[in-house]
This record gives sequence, C-alpha cells and structure tokens, in this order.
Amino acid sequence: MEMMRKERIDRGIKVRTEGIYAISAMKEILYLLGPRLLLIVGVLLLPFFLELAPYWKRVINIMFVYSLLALAFDFLANYVGLVCLGGAFFVGVGGYLSAIFNSYFHIPIYISIPLATILGAIFCTLTILPCLPLRGVYFAIVTLMYPLLATRVIEALNILGGTNGITGIASFPHEYVEQYAVIFVMLICLFGMRRFVNEDIGLVIRGVKDNDQAVRASGISITYMKTLAVFIASLMCCFGGAYIAHLYMWAGLSLFALDFSIIPIASVVIGGGGTLVGAVIGSFILVPLSEFLRFFGTFRIVIYCALLTTFIILKSEGIMVYLQRKYHQFERWVKV
Amino acid sequence: MGKGMKDNVIISVKGISKTFGGLKALIDVSFDVHEGEIYGIIGPNGSGKTTLINCITGFIKPNAGQVFFQGRDITGLAPHKIAHIGIARTFQIMRPYYTLPAFKNLIIPLWSPRARKIGGWRGGGKHGDRDTVAVDILEEIGFERDSRVPYKLASTLPTGYQKRLELARCIALRPQIIFCDEVFSGLSMSEIASMLPLIEKLKMDGITLIMVEHRLRELFRVADRVMALNFGEKIAEGDYTEVIEDKRVKEAYLGSEEV
Repeated sequence: MEMMRKERIDRGIKVRTEGIYAISAMKEILYLLGPRLLLIVGVLLLPFFLELAPYWKRVINIMFVYSLLALAFDFLANYVGLVCLGGAFFVGVGGYLSAIFNSYFHIPIYISIPLATILGAIFCTLTILPCLPLRGVYFAIVTLMYPLLATRVIEALNILGGTNGITGIASFPHEYVEQYAVIFVMLICLFGMRRFVNEDIGLVIRGVKDNDQAVRASGISITYMKTLAVFIASLMCCFGGAYIAHLYMWAGLSLFALDFSIIPIASVVIGGGGTLVGAVIGSFILVPLSEFLRFFGTFRIVIYCALLTTFIILKSEGIMVYLQRKYHQFERWVKV
Repeated sequence: MGKGMKDNVIISVKGISKTFGGLKALIDVSFDVHEGEIYGIIGPNGSGKTTLINCITGFIKPNAGQVFFQGRDITGLAPHKIAHIGIARTFQIMRPYYTLPAFKNLIIPLWSPRARKIGGWRGGGKHGDRDTVAVDILEEIGFERDSRVPYKLASTLPTGYQKRLELARCIALRPQIIFCDEVFSGLSMSEIASMLPLIEKLKMDGITLIMVEHRLRELFRVADRVMALNFGEKIAEGDYTEVIEDKRVKEAYLGSEEV
C-alpha cells in the first residue's frame, strides 16, 4: 500500500534573521503587516459598527477586559510557568481601589484608574509573594483561594460597603472614551507583551519556566523574576477591574467572581496557549458567544460546555496555533 | 599540594556533612582548591560527588561544615548569590533552555547582574550586542560560527554540543570557579578529545575548575590534583599517581578496573 505523509514547508519569506528585519518587497511587508493590521483596524472600527447594535456595546467592553485577563493568564502560565487562578483577585483589588479613590476621596476618573492599576498591582504582587516558591497545581490552588478569601473578609468585616458594595462612582464622560480607553490599553498590552517576551529580560523569564535551576545557577534570583512577572500580569488585570468599576459605576463582591478567573483560562485554551494573540482571539469568541447563548435561558450552560468540549477535542492546539501554521507554511502530501 | 602551585586557596571546604534521612551522603569532607588549578573529584556511583557540588553551590544546605570562598563564609547562601560572587556550575543532567535557540540560551547568564557588572557592554548593552557576545562565546567553546549550529533550537542539538552549551552558560557568567559535573559522561572518545583542549584553555584563562568525573583516564590528563570519595568519605587526595596507588581507592573503585 502506498503511504502518504503530510509535508510542511516554511514560506520563503524569512521575517527575521539575527535581529535584522529582512524586508525588501511590498508583498513581504504586507505578508507581515496584513494580519496585524486586520486585528488593529478591525478592533478600532468596532465601536462604529456597534452603533447599529447598541445593546452589544457593554458586552464588547467587557470582552476587551476579558481579553486583558486572558493575556495576563497566558503570559503567566505559558511564559513564566505560574498557573494563576487568582485573576478575579486582581480584578477585585483594582476595582475596589479605583472605587475607593473615586467615591471616597473624589479623585477624578483619569487619575483613579491609573492609580488603582499601579497601586493595585503592587498590592497584589505583595500578597502573592509568599506563594511564589510553590509550583504547578499547588500555586494554582492557593491563588484560587485569594478571591474567595477577599470576599469573605469584606463580608465578615462589613467594610467597603459590605455586601452592597461601593456606589456613586463616576462614569466615563462619553461612550467613545469608554470604548476606546479599553481598546487602546488592550492593543498596547498585546503588542507590548509580544515584544517583551522576546526581549532579553523576557527570555530570562521564559528561562524560569523552562529550567529554573539553571537560571539560579546563572546568578539570577527566580523569586525576583517571578515577582516581576506577577506584577506585570496584575497591572493588566487591575486595570480591567478599575475599568469595570467605572463602567458599572459600582464596585461590589461580584468583582471577585470566579468568572474572572475561569473564562480567561477557557479563552487561552480555545485561542491557543503561548501565542498571546490567541488569548485575545479566544475571548473575542467566548464572551460574545456566552452572551448570545442567553437566548437559551438556563440551557445555555449546556451548549456552552458542549461547544468548549468539542473544541478542545477537535482542535486542542488552539485556533491561533492552527492559523499561524496555515499562514506560515505550505502543506502538501508526499509519498513516504 | 601540587607541583609549582601558588599558595592562594580560592575555595576551602571544611568538614561538610549531609544526611538524607538515615543515609549519610557526605561525612566530614574537607579540601582546599588553589587558584588556577584543575581539581578532580572521583568516586564510584553514589559516593556523594554531586551532593558535594550541590552543597558548595547552595542547591542543598549541608547539615554541618562550612565553605569558604576567598576567605568568606558562603555556607548556606542561596544558589543565585553564590553564582553572583563567581562560582558557576554545570548540571550532570543537561538542562539547556529547550525552547530557545542555542545562542539565546546564553542571553540568560549574560543578562545576570554579575555578567552585566563585569562584562560591561559585552555583558550588558543593547539587545544586539548581547546576541553577538553570545555567539562569540559559543564560537570560543567550539560551535562553528558560520554554520547553523548556534542558531538551532537547543533541544535539537547533539549531546556533545549540549554539554558544550552547559559549559558556555558557565563561561558567560565570567566566573572564577566552574564546577563541572561529569562533562565527559555520555560523550564519544572523539568528542572528549575535542573537549580536553577546551578545559586546558579555560585553565589558561585563569579559571579554577573543579571536575567531578567517572572517566578517570580523561580526567587524569588534565587534573592537577585529585580527591577520591567513597560512601561520602574522603579516602585519598593528591597527585593522580598517588591517588591511583592508594590502597583504599583501589579497593573502592579501581580494584576491578584496569587503569
């Protein structure tokens, strides 16, 4: 019997050779820029299209927040080796801090969000610090506990508005400000992170995942590198939290909801782990889908789960990994 | 003391002991290594050679004893601090960063505070500079610069190159001492033959080497002094001829083997 095998060949354009961008023709420039421009322009134009469907504006804003969370999860899990289920903790801290600044101290929204992002990230990093020596599933379980713990503390002590939450938070001055704020931050984070992981310091952080003993033997403290990575990830999540607080003009216990931990993970699985773009694309699919399925009432969870499972079984590598392969390589069948 | 060796002790190990549960892995091991020499540590399987290296480089905390580096007590310091003061090590089981190309493996030690402090622009500097330095070091250690080998993924390299990569990662740190944990094991005779001049060259550069080895013949060609361990105890030390002739060494290790 004749055996056939699929052969994959890289396309003839070498994007990068030893730090030099080898681009000479318009075709090659378009080959590289095409997918990136498609994403950037598409995302930037989205608010105009949404004028046709005002109901979806809110959903899309939340979708971008989820894509930031997914980006942070993908970075921590696939580049640093920390599987962090505490995304909701970061979101809650960012949201509550921004609420405190804005509602209690009357700090304007333009300052309260960045302030909550940075101070929140510092606070999150310090609280996660004791768990950093833990690895794998142990780190995952302990971080899962953080948002639950925060909820109970706020409930039990009846601080920060208790179960009612903090109200009277300023909203965004205009709908477009509201939408473009999160769009710009998402695009900056996405392309910033893609660059960061390939810089020298990013390589060191990836080294921590690959082989932490060798990093220590190279005279670099792995605790310092992990702390830095958690800080970067929690910056993105805390911004998301602060943004949601101002979007809803309310900060409550639901900011610590497990949705903020779990949906980003599902997005990364669907989009393809380790690609960063995949995490964003994954949440672009999952969040609107979850909203769309509201038609089906309580049955929506069943459909949602069935879709996810099908996806994981049929395309376990993730959409982005699949698409990137198709884009960068020829495939053909050859005789063995 | 070896012939014509300077009398400056660079690393001094005093009475190191380590037990794992009931097992005595190291019992009161002491030795001095002088600056610029190649010091060999031999012993049968399970005699505590790797444990000794782990104790000195901070990966394991010894139960008793002290390690002095240039007169400074470094016992129990964290591994990255020990590496920072100039003590590098290779791992017996090769651990390159598999997902990175060979030369990118060196970016990590080159980025370390020590390399940036000592190397100046060579260690630090801009992105491109560090890549160039990495390829320079790989060339020094026997990767052909113009071939594709330095740019291949570390996981696709043959064993000989992975061993060299381990050494290169140490060199990138610009250390004063390198602990080599069985760099010859798993290599063919011709690969070892090409490694030996490399070891000699490191010695010429003024780096002190402490080599743990199974391959005695090859070790004896480069080592100035040798120490033998058996069941965690130091049983002999000196010139390799003295060590080979030692009755306890013969019994423990060489008795059944022709050297």
